[in-house]
Order: sequence, then structure tokens, then C-alpha cells
Amino acid sequence: MMMDKPLTALIQPDGMPLDIAGYERAGGYQALRKALTMTPEAIIAEVKRSRLRGRGGGGFSTGRKWEAVPTGTDAARQHYLVVNADEMEPGSFKDRLLLEQTPHQMIESVIISAFAIQADIAYIFVRAEYVLSLSRLARAVAEAEARGYLGADILGSGFALTIHVHASGGRYICGESSALLTALEGRRPLPRSRPPRSALSGLWGKPSIVNNVETLCNVPHIVERGADWFLGLSRGADGGTKLYGLSGRVKRPGLWELPLGTSLNEILEEHAGGMQDGYECRAVLPGGASTAFVMNADFDIPMDFTSVQKLGSSLGTGNIMALDNQRCPIGMLRNLEHFFAQESCGFCTPCRDGLPWVERILAAIEAGDGEAEDLDTLARHVSFLNSDGTFCDLAPGAMAPLGSGLKHFRAEFEQHIAEKRCPWHETAESWA
Amino acid sequence: MSIAEQSPGDAPLDAALRDEIAAVARHAEQKRAAGTDALKLVQKRFGYISDRHLAEVAALLEMTPAELDGVATFYNLIFRRPVGRHVILLCDSVACWVMGEAAARAQIRDRLGIKPGETTADGRFTLLPIVCLGHCDHAPAMMVDEDQYGDLDAARLDAILERYR
Repeated sequence: MMMDKPLTALIQPDGMPLDIAGYERAGGYQALRKALTMTPEAIIAEVKRSRLRGRGGGGFSTGRKWEAVPTGTDAARQHYLVVNADEMEPGSFKDRLLLEQTPHQMIESVIISAFAIQADIAYIFVRAEYVLSLSRLARAVAEAEARGYLGADILGSGFALTIHVHASGGRYICGESSALLTALEGRRPLPRSRPPRSALSGLWGKPSIVNNVETLCNVPHIVERGADWFLGLSRGADGGTKLYGLSGRVKRPGLWELPLGTSLNEILEEHAGGMQDGYECRAVLPGGASTAFVMNADFDIPMDFTSVQKLGSSLGTGNIMALDNQRCPIGMLRNLEHFFAQESCGFCTPCRDGLPWVERILAAIEAGDGEAEDLDTLARHVSFLNSDGTFCDLAPGAMAPLGSGLKHFRAEFEQHIAEKRCPWHETAESWA
Repeated sequence: MSIAEQSPGDAPLDAALRDEIAAVARHAEQKRAAGTDALKLVQKRFGYISDRHLAEVAALLEMTPAELDGVATFYNLIFRRPVGRHVILLCDSVACWVMGEAAARAQIRDRLGIKPGETTADGRFTLLPIVCLGHCDHAPAMMVDEDQYGDLDAARLDAILERYR
């Protein structure tokens, strides 16, 4: 049944997005018409009941996030809705699909969600490299404006909304919601201290909600079909489908919309076709570079928020990366920590100085220059670069693969140090 | 002749470009919020942001040059130094690392004689590392200017480079 995959139902075989007329013929903007007959409070209540949780990595309840926006006639105005389309978590490529191939679904989602939190202005913050997403969104906004879905008095409801599409200059930290708001204000995008929460004091000090692309794209479907239907899409307690991705040495790398809670094994074997001949999957990062390794003994887990968390990792973006047996786990960690060290905003010392230190140690171990006490130094970074010791979530995210790597790949670390070489070294510069 | 000597970064911004910048600033809720857009307009024309242009844009947005430079230098894709006619952005993040980014980097080094951060002597290409491009199901991936490429292998990489003169 088509609606088992609400997010991708309107994706065309050739990958071209529907224009506004095609989207309307397929039922588009009907959810908006329904939403405008509801009260904002009723929409928030339905979204809350649907158990929609954030698909950008945080996993926070969308309805509860929205509830924090001050309401009533004496509440501060204006309100902002900000779409986090700064998809830069390594290994993640799901939001790109929705932005490029269903831009009107994104715009309709923004209008309904903005109505729910009574936002006056919405921003879609898109990473610089998503050139096609930017042009297709700009076109969709113009089409929606021409049809009266945006502007001063949307479909005669009295609700007014402007959407700005913002192109980033390119930096991972902008995906951190408070840094993203700072970036939109035109200042050097460092994360902000909390409290206050953005819902109370966000963009230009006004109540602001930041949501991920995939999260918001669920909203029109919840409004149209209801929370019970949405809960029924999932195999677990939280509602909906999930855009799962898999990259690495699998037969068919890709992206699939599946029930939330589909098992890792099913994604790997049935959808990605299993590993390429001659490769074995040793472990995965289940949801981006900021998630802890899940080892192949645990591949029967359902890929939902609770189950992955129970294993000491997190669902993250749900875009999975496979580590195969022909790649060095220490090399992979060095690559990951290089990313985090480079993308650290440099504001807080533990992150700015700690991550390059970690990278140097990993590079030394990989090069055969490691020493036994290096493992203690790495472990000490894992214990200190947590949410108490650093300013935002970047460094704790960086420690997720490292902490789990130290545990699960202990033998490989010790082998590098004892033999003073990388057992995988010779594969580095040759095409497979 | 080096790229720096050819650089048009010492010429003042012309009236048309200043008007474009003023237009994006008017569209923004506050002038400074147009900073990234304004810098990109200048970069699209000149390839990079010279000190002179940075100061001119800052004045148009009612910021100090230092404030705007704090923004400009933060971003991976705002260039404060001259680049070649074409910029290769080679993804060096983890999915591409697994799938052979090092082989692509080695091949570019062999063909063009440049490492990440360097420009060919003829000013044709600059090679820069870039973080995950969100094209992981087609790793290894790269961009050349605004064009995206995936599923790189030796033959495909050579063919792509040939397209840019």
C-alpha cells in the first residue's frame, strides 16, 4: 500500500520533483487545508500523540519540543520555525533525497508546522554543497507563494508566513541548533549556552523551533491520517517510518523508507543485498559519525531509538556505515576524529585541543608509532569530553565511536602497538 | 605568472555587484544576516574574498571587517585566498574513506601534481578536502565547482577532470 511509505510515496522513478500542479493532483496541500481548520493546539496534541521523535539525531519528541513555545496574546512575537537542512553528519544522505525530490512536501510541512507553533517566519537552512536542493526549494517556495499557500493570508485563514531559503557557507557545527541560529543572524556560528532554550529565546532572541527535514516531512501525513495511523507504521513504541541508509562495501548501498524498528540485519541483508563478495561486516556506525559502534553479534537489533540506545549507541540519523574486514578500525577512528577535530568550532578548550590530540595519537598508532600508555590517554579523553566537560554535543559525539572502538577493537589497538605497524596498511592508496 | 599577481582582488567592487549585495541585505531581516550571501556573490565573481573586498562588503552590511572576517574564515567554502579556475572538493569523510578516497587523492596527485590545499601551476585546478557530501551511497564522491560526482574509479575520475579546462 502506497501510504506505508508516506515520505517517499511521491518520489518519481526519474528522481525529478513534482511541480506544484503535480503535487496537488497527488493530494498535496490537502493536509494544509485540513490543518488550517484545526487549532494550533490540536495539531501539537496530535503530533505529540503520534510519538514522532526527531530524525536528525537527537530523538526528542517533536510535540513536546513545540509545546515549549510561549502561546497566548501576551506571548513574545515573532516566532520562528527553522528547518535544519544542514545535513553534514558523516555517512548521512537522507534529507538530501527529501529536499531534492519532494520539495513541495517540505514546503507544506513547513507551513503546517509553522502554523502549529504560530511562527511568522520560517528559514530552511541548507548546507552549501546541496546546490540542487537549494534551487528546487527556491522554485517550490515561489510556486507556493503564487498559489496563496504562503504570504499574508494563507488560503483566507488569516495565517501569514514567509519562508526564506538560506544557503550555508559550510561548517558541521551549524547543524547544532543554537549555532545554526547564530549563523542565520550573520554572526560567527558558535553554539550558545543554554538555558535559555531556543523555544523561548532563539533567533534574534525570539521563540524559535529548530527541526530536522525528515522529522518535519512526517507532519502533513500525521495531520491528514492521524496519530493512530502513524503509530501503526512503526514496529515499536515510537511512531512512523524511517529513512534508513547504508553505505560501505555492501552490494547495493542506498536509502530505504522502512517501518521504524526494522532490524539492522534486514536492512543489511535484504535491502542492501549483503556484503560484496570477499568482504565481511565487522561492525557498523548505526546513525552517523557521532554514534557508537554496533558489533555484528548484535545485528538482530531493531533500529529504533530505545533498542539502539540500550546497546550503548544511538539511532542518530539512521544512516548506517559498514566497517568491513578489509579496513583498519584504527584507521577508521583516525578518519572520524580528524573530521571532528577539523570541524570543532574552537570555542571551548577541551574540544579545540582535545580532539586534535586524539587524532594525533590515533595517527601515530596507525603509523606504528603508538605506545601502550596511548590507550590510557585516549580513554581519558573519552571520560572527560562528555556533556559536562564541553560546551556542546560535538565532542561527546566524537567520543562515541572512540569509546566503543577502544572497547571492541582493543585487540587491534594492541596489535598495532606491539607490532609497530598497521596490518591493513598496504590497501591504502589502491582502487579496490 | 602566479595567481596572486593576476588577482583582481585589488580592484573595487563595481556598482552592479554593490547593488546586488545591497539587494540581499534589504531582503534580510538584519543587514549582517546577508553576510554569507554577500560573500558568495563576491566569490562567484572573483573566486575568493580579498581583504579589500571583505572591507567593502563589511561596510555595506554595517559591520567591521573583523566581524565579517570572523564569519568568512569560519566557513569551509568561503575562500580567503585565490583558488584555481575550478575547485575540486574531494570528500575525505568516513564512507568515502572506506570506499577508496585515498586512491582518488593519489590519482589526482599523480595526474595534476597537487595535494589537498594546492593549486596547479597553470591555475586550472585547486584541490580541497571536503567533509561528507551526503552522497555516501555513491562513495567515493567529489564535487568540481557546483557539479557533483560519485562512484569514482580510475577511469571515471580521469574523464571528469578532462571536462574542466
